Amino acid sequence: MKLLPDLGWMAWTWQTAVFFGTIGLLLVAMTIWEIVSPGGAPRDGILGLRTTRGDRLFISLLGAACIHLAWVGLVGPNLVWALGLSLLYALAVFRWV
Amino acid sequence: MTRTQNNAAWFLVLPVLVLVAFNAIIPLMTVVNYAVQDSFGGNVFFFEGTRWFEAVLASDRFHQALGRQILFTFTILAIEIPLGVGIALCMPRRGIWVSVCLVLMALPLLIPWNVVGAIWNIFALPELGLLGRMLNGLGFDYNFTRGVGAAWFTMILMDVWHWTSLVVLLAYAGLISIPDAYYQAARIDGASKWAVFRYIQLPKMKRVLTIAVLLRFMDSFMIYTEVFVLTGGGPGNSTTMLSIDLVKLALGQFDLGTAAAMSIIYFLLILIFSWIFYTVMMRGESQQ
Repeated sequence: MKLLPDLGWMAWTWQTAVFFGTIGLLLVAMTIWEIVSPGGAPRDGILGLRTTRGDRLFISLLGAACIHLAWVGLVGPNLVWALGLSLLYALAVFRWV
Repeated sequence: MTRTQNNAAWFLVLPVLVLVAFNAIIPLMTVVNYAVQDSFGGNVFFFEGTRWFEAVLASDRFHQALGRQILFTFTILAIEIPLGVGIALCMPRRGIWVSVCLVLMALPLLIPWNVVGAIWNIFALPELGLLGRMLNGLGFDYNFTRGVGAAWFTMILMDVWHWTSLVVLLAYAGLISIPDAYYQAARIDGASKWAVFRYIQLPKMKRVLTIAVLLRFMDSFMIYTEVFVLTGGGPGNSTTMLSIDLVKLALGQFDLGTAAAMSIIYFLLILIFSWIFYTVMMRGESQQ
């Protein structure tokens, strides 16, 4: 008996699997964080917005997507620097926004 | 402290989660997978990395469709939101005419998109349609199948006719929820009509107007059927919106990789614009 349905039509690659796996792990980590310290830690950041840590993750992911696209469009296909820049951006968002 | 949360309630959310997984998350994952590969059919794929993203971001065709899309969306928002609020302000608050007005306003919303396109196509035909004949009779050289200006005019008029009602209904719902005490206080203070609108009605409509702007933004940014039936994206490519271009790319040319990369960029644009709109409009709210 097959445990999983045939997912061949979804055309998975290991790169995209790692990408979605990371997003999934991030969501799991955020859930654990929320259980350990409930309430979402809301605060007024430098943008003048009241953000919870969920908002900050969303802003980080949205920004990371833009950074990667801008890198592909303006610089080139080597995304290591874009990834590093996105991580720095996410750290800044979690620290100050 | 008493415990007010019941975690068993999470199970009630499960059906929605399954539904969202099947109609949004799994298709989105598949689109991401397609965006980094090339296929010649037969379920055989070749990894291409970021090649399709580079192609879309450098494509003049994409830039032009995006420009048209932004122009269209912001034009209809600039017309529909003030017009909808204006009509809602003119509508009666009590009496038999309330139901009549509400039904009349709801009518355009009940018509399917492709029928709206077909109605306006016939209505605007220069030889046969009422609008077309009237405008030509008045001396305008109006032909939406030939002139770019005429095509845009018809397209915007069609969208305003179809969707202003939504803004009206939402704004009206916001207006009738304002307690009379506010108006009485305004009368005592001798407030002008403008002051009542600016300091009572507009702030009280803020939430519903946020919903109206978001819904109209997302819907118009994804517009496909009405424009496709009305003009087919023409004359030339002058009314080819992003969605029409995307369908041409995916189903006409069968460029699945490019189309998938374009879908992701398109999705991201809608997400960013919606987030900015929402954040800006709710900014005061979060500080209160």
